[in-house]
Amino acid sequence: MSRNSANGGANRSLPSRLRSRFEGPNTIGESRGFWVGFAVAVAVLVVYPVFGDGSQLSLFMVLALLGLSLSVVWGYSGVLSFGQVVFFGIGAYTFGVVSINYATPGGITAAVVAGIVGGGLSAAILGYFMFYGGVRDVYVTIITLVSTIVMHTFMAQTAGSEWAIGEAALGGFNGMPDIPLLTLGIEGASYQFIYNPFPMRVIGIGAFEISPFYYLVLLLLIGTYLGLRILVNSDYGRVMVAVREDEDRTEMFGYNVTRVKFVVFTLGGALAGLSGVLYAARNVYIDPTVFSLLFATLPVIWVSIGGRKSLLGAVVATLAVEYLRISMAGELALVLLGTLLLVTILVLPSGFVPWLHEQLVETRLGPGEAGGADAPDASSEVSD
Amino acid sequence: MSDTETESEVDSLGPNVRQTAAELATGDRTETLLQTDGLVKQFGGFTATDDVDFSVAEGELRCLIGPNGAGKSTLLNLITGSYEASDGSIYYNGHDITDLDPHERVSRGISMKFQVPSVYGDLSVRENVRLPVQQFADGEERRRLVAEAIEAAGLTGYEDVDAGQLSHGQQQQLEIGMAAALEPDLLLLDEPVAGLDVAEREAIAERITRLNEEQGIAFVVIEHDTDFVASIAEEVTVLHNGEVFREGPIEEIESDPEVQRIYLGGES
Repeated sequence: MSRNSANGGANRSLPSRLRSRFEGPNTIGESRGFWVGFAVAVAVLVVYPVFGDGSQLSLFMVLALLGLSLSVVWGYSGVLSFGQVVFFGIGAYTFGVVSINYATPGGITAAVVAGIVGGGLSAAILGYFMFYGGVRDVYVTIITLVSTIVMHTFMAQTAGSEWAIGEAALGGFNGMPDIPLLTLGIEGASYQFIYNPFPMRVIGIGAFEISPFYYLVLLLLIGTYLGLRILVNSDYGRVMVAVREDEDRTEMFGYNVTRVKFVVFTLGGALAGLSGVLYAARNVYIDPTVFSLLFATLPVIWVSIGGRKSLLGAVVATLAVEYLRISMAGELALVLLGTLLLVTILVLPSGFVPWLHEQLVETRLGPGEAGGADAPDASSEVSD
Repeated sequence: MSDTETESEVDSLGPNVRQTAAELATGDRTETLLQTDGLVKQFGGFTATDDVDFSVAEGELRCLIGPNGAGKSTLLNLITGSYEASDGSIYYNGHDITDLDPHERVSRGISMKFQVPSVYGDLSVRENVRLPVQQFADGEERRRLVAEAIEAAGLTGYEDVDAGQLSHGQQQQLEIGMAAALEPDLLLLDEPVAGLDVAEREAIAERITRLNEEQGIAFVVIEHDTDFVASIAEEVTVLHNGEVFREGPIEEIESDPEVQRIYLGGES
């Protein structure tokens, strides 16, 4: 259904009208303060490579896209999927296979698209049989979990030379090395984003180099986050949330619940595919560990800790948890992850970011008024 | 049903509606909105509804009563498509809807309020009401319809309150408002006043009567309380052991010794 923001919003300023597209009861952050904070956070991320390890943060941001894909599928539509890594891995492998076979700028660009489509298509196929086959609730979770195990087992046995697609050998546990450097564009008008540092000089700081890949990922993450904010606060987002809350009730309001779940699952798969493409491009390598149970569990942990009904929660928790996980030694990191997950489920079942937001709102307005601050304001009315 | 029904549409009419097809040929409008024909629903070896022929006319307000386990809720769930019929057919406006999905039946004008209030607890009252309304209204019209639905439910001032925080009675009102906001031709209510006090019952009865009289919505209301039934309906269908046991005016049904016997448990 088309929006009619001009209707009833004619007297409002352009920034206010623009803001209303990104705001609504399905996302936290409806104040000017939130958007100022958002701008500051983006600014910090923009300058971060000057002071910190941009390469590592670019990996976390790539994974944040995977976290967002689960947030949309599980947090907003109620489909708990352990299979996001399947679409992530298929996206990564598709990118690898296509780019190795067509290692030109145009070929690599097509490989990026193929990876995203591959992730979306595999989710669409799995989702079609699950949702149109009447599979619901925990059985979806089990099937998606099993699909990761199947992919892990299958890819692990592809070491032989017969497992090659054109020039690209799948490589079993040895993985697929020598993925071409991410170059977008066409012959003669392309730009290489990997291993192509851009020299900069700023007075007071001196000379340094920045990675174009970092800024590509940052741009994609911000764009995806804002795009998903528009989606979940739209009419369709309202239906997604209704499906999450009560499928049967939503069906009785005339909505094709099966189709909604299928569409969102496919979108989640494409998003996971994009994340996989960037993961393979950053590492110029991909192996079957992306289908492992540990990796399949990670998005669920990120989204649970951050707050499954919060897009911002998924992003923040992915960055924070991955930083902690990488910073700590192997086994200890797993213990910490398990502890964090348990504490979140027991103490903050709605997740850390929504809880923090609630505290901030209460601090600003006092406990009695907090509910009113979170409620949709006049701006969300305009979106109708 | 319009006078311009096509040949194939007339062919799709069921046996109980074939007579009305003849009426169509002569230009007479049928008043039958819903017709079930030999409707059977079995759960394993248990037959919940057995060969039920049940009809509702346009704009009619019919109550469905019967002891627990009589098959009342099952019949409603068959009409909405939540349950798949084991045998028999359902016709709506003369069309066979037996194989349609629930959302397709809703789009044809059937709406339902469940037995247990199933509003979206985590969403505000406004968001709850927007959901049905957004399908057919935008902008100013949507705002107006949402405000009207909230006002009709007696929930003005509660727009931004989470529906889960409302009282049981308010949730019942909200859910009826949401079902009515779809502007259906037929509204099915499963025990709309269960657990409500006298004042709340009266408010719901008034609401149902108004929607029926002012908007012409046909109702099928499941209810045990015969006082409530008498306050809203003239015609009653009694289900017993999955079969239609009696049909007729409420006064006759109330005084029927056989109906009293099955309600008091005198029959196995």
